[in-house]
Amino acid sequence: MAFKGTIEIDIQRCKGCSVCIGNCPNKCIRLAKAVNSKGYRYAELANDSCVGCASCAMVCPDSVITVYRVKI
Amino acid sequence: MDIISDIKKPENMVYGRPALLTDNVMHYCPGCSHGTVHKIVAEVIEEMGIQDRTIGISPVGCSVFAYNYIDIDWQEAAHGRAPALATATKRLCPDKYVFTYQGDGDLASIGTAEIIHACSRGENIVVIFINNGIYGMTGGQMAPTTLLGMKTSTTPYGRDPKLNGFPLKITEMLAALDGTAFITRQSVHTAAAVRKTKNAIRKGFEYSMKDVGLSFIEVVSTCNSGWKLSPVEANAWMVEHMFVKYPLGDIKDVLK
Ligand SMILES: Cc1ncc(C[n+]2csc(CCOP(=O)(O)OP(=O)(O)O)c2C)c(N)n1
Ligand code: SF4
Ligand code: SF4
Ligand code: SF4
Ligand SMILES: [Mg+2]
Repeated sequence: MAFKGTIEIDIQRCKGCSVCIGNCPNKCIRLAKAVNSKGYRYAELANDSCVGCASCAMVCPDSVITVYRVKI
Repeated sequence: MDIISDIKKPENMVYGRPALLTDNVMHYCPGCSHGTVHKIVAEVIEEMGIQDRTIGISPVGCSVFAYNYIDIDWQEAAHGRAPALATATKRLCPDKYVFTYQGDGDLASIGTAEIIHACSRGENIVVIFINNGIYGMTGGQMAPTTLLGMKTSTTPYGRDPKLNGFPLKITEMLAALDGTAFITRQSVHTAAAVRKTKNAIRKGFEYSMKDVGLSFIEVVSTCNSGWKLSPVEANAWMVEHMFVKYPLGDIKDVLK
C-alpha cells in the first residue's frame, strides 16, 4: 500500500529551527528564503514526495505542522 | 498542486497540534527540547482522556511557564521543590494524575533532597526530568549533569573533575531506591525517539494509579542556546556525547 501526503506549516509560529528538515525521510522540507513576521526563515514544502509519515511534525518543538495523508 | 489541495482535507488529517496545547506561542528558543516534550505530555493526557483529572507541577528553569502551554491544572513550585508539592497533591487527591516537570538544575542540584525522598517514599507520582546538562534559564551555567570537558559560562575551559566534580547520573541512583517503580531514559530528537518517550510517559501515568511507586522519565535534551550550537548541531552533539554518559533505555520496571 502506498501513501501520498502533504503538510501544512503555520509559518507565523515556525521558528526556523530546522529540526523537521533532517527528520523527513524524503527530504521534502526546506527553509524559505523569506522570513515570517518574527524574522525567522520558516519551513516550507520543497517538493511533492511527502508520504504523510508525520516524522517532521512529531519532532517540531512548536507543534506547527499538520499532516494529511491518503492511500493511493 | 491539485492533488495536494485534494489531500489537504480534514478527513485526511493524520497528525496535528494536540488540542490540549494552548494557543500561546512557546517562549522557548527555536529547536528547544522543552517544546517537544510539552507536546507529547499534552498528547498522552488527551489520549487518556484525563484532562480534568491531571495536575502538573512546573519547576523553576526555562520550563517555569509550562502552565501557560498545557491546558490542565497546575501548581508552580519553588526551585527544586516540585516533588514535595506533588507528594502533598497526590496524597490529598489520590484520584488525580499528578506529575512534576523538572530540569536538571532544578531536580539534580537544588532539589536533590526532594526528589530522593519522594522516590524513597514511593509516592505515586510521575516525574518528567529534562536533562540538558546545563542551567538554561539563567545563562548556561554548569549543572551537576554537565559532561566532563563541556564548556559552560561557569566552566569556560570545560568541566574539570578536580575543580567541578563528576557528572551526576541521578537516574541510576534513583533506580536503586525501593520506592521507584518505573525508571527510563529517553530523548525526543527523532520521530522514533518521540514515540518511545510518549509510551514511557503514558506508562508512568498508568503506573501512578496502580500504587506501585514513583515513575521517573528522564529525557536527554538539548539546550542549543546554552551549548552555543544550532538546534540541528545540538541534536547531533547530544547523540555523540550526552548518550555516551546517559545511555537511553529502560532502567527499572517493577511490573515487568
Ligand atoms: C532558590 C533559587 N535559587 C536559584 C535560582 C536561579 N535559577 C533559576 S533557574 C535555575 C536553573 C535552571 O536550570 P534547569 O533546572 O536545568 O532548567 P533549564 O532552564 O535548563 O530547563 C536557577 C539556578 C532561583 N530562581 N531560585
Ligand atoms: S521543526 Fe517546526 S519550528 Fe522548527 S523549522 Fe520545522 S516547522 Fe519550523
Ligand atoms: S510527513 Fe513525512 S514525508 Fe511528509 S514532509 Fe513530514 S517527514 Fe517528510
Ligand atoms: S535557554 Fe536552553 S533550555 Fe532554555 S529555552 Fe533556550 S534552548 Fe531551551
Ligand atoms: Mg537544564
